[in-house]
Amino acid sequence: MENTILQQSQDQHQEAEIIPENFSETISDSVFKRFFLEVSSLIFFTLRFFKEVFKPPYEFNELMKQSYLIGYKSLPLTGITAFIVGLVLTIESRPTLANFGAESWLPAMVAISIVREMGPAITALIFAGKVGSGIGAELASMNVTEQIDAMQVSGTNPFKYLVVTRVLSATLMLPLLVIFADVIGLFGSLVGVNLRGSVSTHLFFSQVFQSLVFKDLFPAVIKTFFFGFAIGVIGCYKGYNSNKGTEGVGKAANSAVVFASLMVFLIDMIAVQITSLFQN
Amino acid sequence: MTTQATSMKNEHDNKQNVRVAVDMEHLKKSFGNNHVLRDINLVIHKGENVVILGQSGTGKSVLIKCIVGLIDLDEGTLVILGQNTSELKDKELVELRKKIGFLFQSAALYDSMTVRENLEFPLRRQLHLIPKEELNSLVKEALENVGLSETIELKPSELSGGMRKRLGLARTLILKPEIMLYDEPTTGLDPITSKEISNLILEVQKKYNTSSIVITHDIECAKLTGNRIIVMKNGMCAAEGSYTDLKNSDDAWIRSFFE
Ligand SMILES: Nc1ncnc2c1ncn2[C@@H]1O[C@H](COP(=O)(O)OP(=O)(O)O)[C@@H](O)[C@H]1O
Ligand SMILES: [Mg+2]
Repeated sequence: MENTILQQSQDQHQEAEIIPENFSETISDSVFKRFFLEVSSLIFFTLRFFKEVFKPPYEFNELMKQSYLIGYKSLPLTGITAFIVGLVLTIESRPTLANFGAESWLPAMVAISIVREMGPAITALIFAGKVGSGIGAELASMNVTEQIDAMQVSGTNPFKYLVVTRVLSATLMLPLLVIFADVIGLFGSLVGVNLRGSVSTHLFFSQVFQSLVFKDLFPAVIKTFFFGFAIGVIGCYKGYNSNKGTEGVGKAANSAVVFASLMVFLIDMIAVQITSLFQN
Repeated sequence: MTTQATSMKNEHDNKQNVRVAVDMEHLKKSFGNNHVLRDINLVIHKGENVVILGQSGTGKSVLIKCIVGLIDLDEGTLVILGQNTSELKDKELVELRKKIGFLFQSAALYDSMTVRENLEFPLRRQLHLIPKEELNSLVKEALENVGLSETIELKPSELSGGMRKRLGLARTLILKPEIMLYDEPTTGLDPITSKEISNLILEVQKKYNTSSIVITHDIECAKLTGNRIIVMKNGMCAAEGSYTDLKNSDDAWIRSFFE
């Protein structure tokens, strides 16, 4: 009896010792350390991309293949989403505008919000979910099964062959997808406008193009290159540096999406600041 | 040392080089505090099959990955086919490494490609402007060598474990390497398929006169393929000898591998 009590108190004593005195400090220390380590290795990864992208030989065939997979294969999903966003945005905006007696402004308002923000941001998020996670999972599984090592052994630079091509494709394809999404979104809006009342296609688009100016279009397209680049780099980084082990594949795909989506919002915020700086 | 003596020494070295495929001296490699390779000294002669035995985690895979350049060494001298790797430029290293074939434990086939594309990949990468007919005939020959001619349009996921290993071997051999490194070629295979793979390794040695390192736990494979057996322990070569030497060793720990 006495023994057990003694044992228990010893156990408690040991438990207390397991948690160190500066517990919270240690936690925050390691979280910060991990974060900075992660960020710095991501920066090195990005620098390596710039070092290798201009160095021949260029992997042109693989670039074409990836552009097809990353760009063309994303068209249906992007199109459907854009159509629905354009439609819903129009239906939701109508009552508010009607309250101010400004219903005739509907096409113009929806066009501006699609081209400036909804098109780029929503397409980028869909792209992060589909392409970012796809790249992350693909490279991670190649890493786990030693396919990346096998490439290196057979005299191919895997960074050039796998990473450079995918990052370039993502950077070049996302802007095209966004332009496609903008157009489809406007058609969605046209349908939305015509659900109540009727506006001819010609009238709708002439109102849309009257309201849109170069100032709207240019920054919106420029920022999508950065979105695409960020999504490509983060997907590749997470996959290329995944843990060796099958659980690394899921983790790579998951954190690629989370990190890439966060990055899209961050870039969007910076882009808004910069454009407003130039517009005033 | 006089000039004559130097030249004589060089001549001696050169003669040695003719017979030595890989010369490892005091190789060391650590991952943080994990000292994996502590002091590896090993010579692989031309045309020789050396088997490396050792418990899991002793650094056998790390050793051959250092040889092929997938992992950088911390210290030591590594001479491959007469060339000291620490004195070579990046380009020369890439050229040298093309002469080394590596069969991965998992075979490392490219999942997204067919069997044909898997075999074409190293060829296209290294012989850039290879004519189509030559490419086809090389691929066909490589598949015939390992008895996989029927699978040419399949994906790796449709192959069995033994077939995957054989395809991995074919993909490595298609570049006619002078040195072959096998990482556990028979692990996870049934005894009959294991024996097939072991025989393939012997065939490769005879046909192409390759020098090989075979890492294995499979004592049958070691007996069949090894001209010489090395036992690794704690990042060092603990014992060396022929199959019968080591089987009748005084050291009970070494004998335990052969039971
Ligand atoms: N890339 C790496 N990074 C860190 N540690 C590694 C790496 N590769 C291998 N190791 C460590 O080296 C040790 C030996 O591994 P390995 O050579 O794979 O053993 P084996 O003899 O079974 O092939 C293990 O402890 C492993 O954790
Ligand atoms: Mg191993």
